[in-house]
Amino acid sequence: MANPIDPIHQFRLHDIAGPWNIAGYEISFTNSSLFMGIIVAFVTLFLLASAARGALVPGRLQSVGEIWYEFIHNMVRNVLGNEGKAFFPLVFTIFSFVLVANMLGMFPYFFTVTSHVVVTATLAVFVILLVVAVGIARHGLGWFKLFVPSGVPMAILPFISLIEVISFLSRPVSLGLRLFGNMLAGHIVLKVFAGFVVLLASMGIGGIIGSIAPLGMAVALTALEFLVAFLQAFVFAILTCVYLNDALHTHH
Amino acid sequence: MDPIAAKYIGAGIACIGMGGAGIGVGHIFGNFLSGALRNPAAATAQFTNALIGAALAEGLGIFSLVVALLLLFAV
Amino acid sequence: MSQSTLVVAQASTTEVPAPAPAQGGAAPATTEGTGAEGGHGGFPPMDAHSFPSQIFWLVIFFALLYLLMSKVALPRMETVLKNRHKAIESDLSKASALKRETEAAIQHYEKSLADARANAQGIATETRAKVAAEIETERSALEKTLSAKLAEADSRISATKAKAMQDVNEVAAETAAEIVSALTGATVSKEQAAKAIAGLKG
Repeated sequence: MANPIDPIHQFRLHDIAGPWNIAGYEISFTNSSLFMGIIVAFVTLFLLASAARGALVPGRLQSVGEIWYEFIHNMVRNVLGNEGKAFFPLVFTIFSFVLVANMLGMFPYFFTVTSHVVVTATLAVFVILLVVAVGIARHGLGWFKLFVPSGVPMAILPFISLIEVISFLSRPVSLGLRLFGNMLAGHIVLKVFAGFVVLLASMGIGGIIGSIAPLGMAVALTALEFLVAFLQAFVFAILTCVYLNDALHTHH
Repeated sequence: MDPIAAKYIGAGIACIGMGGAGIGVGHIFGNFLSGALRNPAAATAQFTNALIGAALAEGLGIFSLVVALLLLFAV
Repeated sequence: MSQSTLVVAQASTTEVPAPAPAQGGAAPATTEGTGAEGGHGGFPPMDAHSFPSQIFWLVIFFALLYLLMSKVALPRMETVLKNRHKAIESDLSKASALKRETEAAIQHYEKSLADARANAQGIATETRAKVAAEIETERSALEKTLSAKLAEADSRISATKAKAMQDVNEVAAETAAEIVSALTGATVSKEQAAKAIAGLKG
C-alpha cells in the first residue's frame, strides 16, 4: 500500500524533542505527548473561559461548560452517592481527558492519543489500582469479601470466588482495550474508506463516479465516530464510577 | 500452509467474534426499546444502564478485533 | 514485535547521549521498514519501544490536568453554579415574601370591609330600633288619649242612659197614676205608682 493511504500511518509516533533518557528508558517528547499537552491546555482554558464571566444567565460558552460540569456531577452523585464527592475531580479529569483526546483525534492530521494501547491501559490500570486502594482503605481486609459472595453453598464457593476474581481482573483489560479498540478500529475504518475514494478516483471517470459511494460512507462513519468518541469517554467515566462504587459500598 | 496466509485467515476468523458482539448490543437496545415503549416513564432512568450493558457487550467484541489486528500487524 | 524493537531499546540504553540526534530519527525508520515488509513490530499502537515515553508523559499531563481541574477550574465552576443557585433562591424567597405581603394586605382590606359592613349594620339596627321606639311611644300616647276619649264617651252614654231610664220611670208612674185615677177615680200618689211599677218590673 502506498504511504499516503496507509491506514496505519496515522498512528505513527515521531519525536518532536529528544530523544531523552531517564534510567535507561527513552522518554522523548513525541507527537502523542504534544497532543496530551494540547488536551490539558484545551480543557483548562475552555473551563476557565466558560467560568470567567460567571454570568447569572449563561451565554453559549458558559452553558457548554456548565452542562459538561453538571453531566459528570450528576453521574457521580447518581452512582456513588454523597460519599463520591471526593472522587468528582478525578472522574471529571478522566472523562475530560478521554473525551477531548477522542474528539481531537477526529480532526485530520491530528494525533489520537487514546488510539495507543499503552495510554488507555495505563488509565485503566490506574483506575483499578485506585479501586483496590480505596476499598482496602475503607473496609480493610474485609473488602476482599467482595470475591466471596454470601448465600452461596460451600461446595461451589471456590469456583464462584475464582470467577469473581477473574471477572475483577478482567476489568482493567476490558476497560483499557474497549477504548483503545474503538478508537483504533474507527480510525482505521475511516482511513480505509477514504483510501477507497482515492484509489477509485485515480482510475478514471468511472472510478470518480464510483467513488461517491465510499465517500458517503466515510461521511456517515465520521458522524458515527463522533458519537463513538463521546460514548466511549462516557462509558469509561461511568465504568470508573461503577467500579469505585464497588470499593465504597461493598455489600456482597 | 503459507504462514502469512494463515495469519490473514486467522485474522478473518477472529473478526467473526465481532458479529457476536453486534448481536449482543442489538439485544440490549432492542430489549431496552421494548421495555421503554411499555413504560416510557422509567426509560430515561435506565438509559445509562443500557449504555453500560452495551459497552460491556461491545468490549468483548473489541477483544476479537484486537486479536485480529494483532494477527494482521503485530505477530 | 519484539526482536527489532528490543535491539533498538538496548542500543539506546548502551550508547547514551552522544549519538542521540541521529538515533531519534533512526528508530522510527527501522520500524517503518519492518512494517512495510511483513509487519514485524510495525504496528505503532503496539510498539513496546514507545511505551515508556507515552506512560511518562501521560502521567505528567494527567496529573497536571487533575491538579488544574481540582484546584482551579472546578471550584470556579462550582462558585458560578452556587451563585446562580443562591440568586434563584433569594429571588424565590423575595417573591414568596412579596406574595405573603400581598396576602396580608388583602386580608387587611377584607377585614376593614367586614368591619365597615358590621358598622353599617349596627347603625341600621340602631336607627331601626330608635324609629320603632318612637313609633311605639307615639302609638301608645295616641292610644291613651283615644282610650281616655272613649272612656269619657262611654261614661257620658251611661249617664245619659241612666237619666233617660229615670225619666221613663217617672213618666210611667205619672201615667199609671193618671190611668188609675181615670179608671177608678181613686187617687193614687206618685210614690205608690212607682212602687207598683218597680214591683212589676222586678
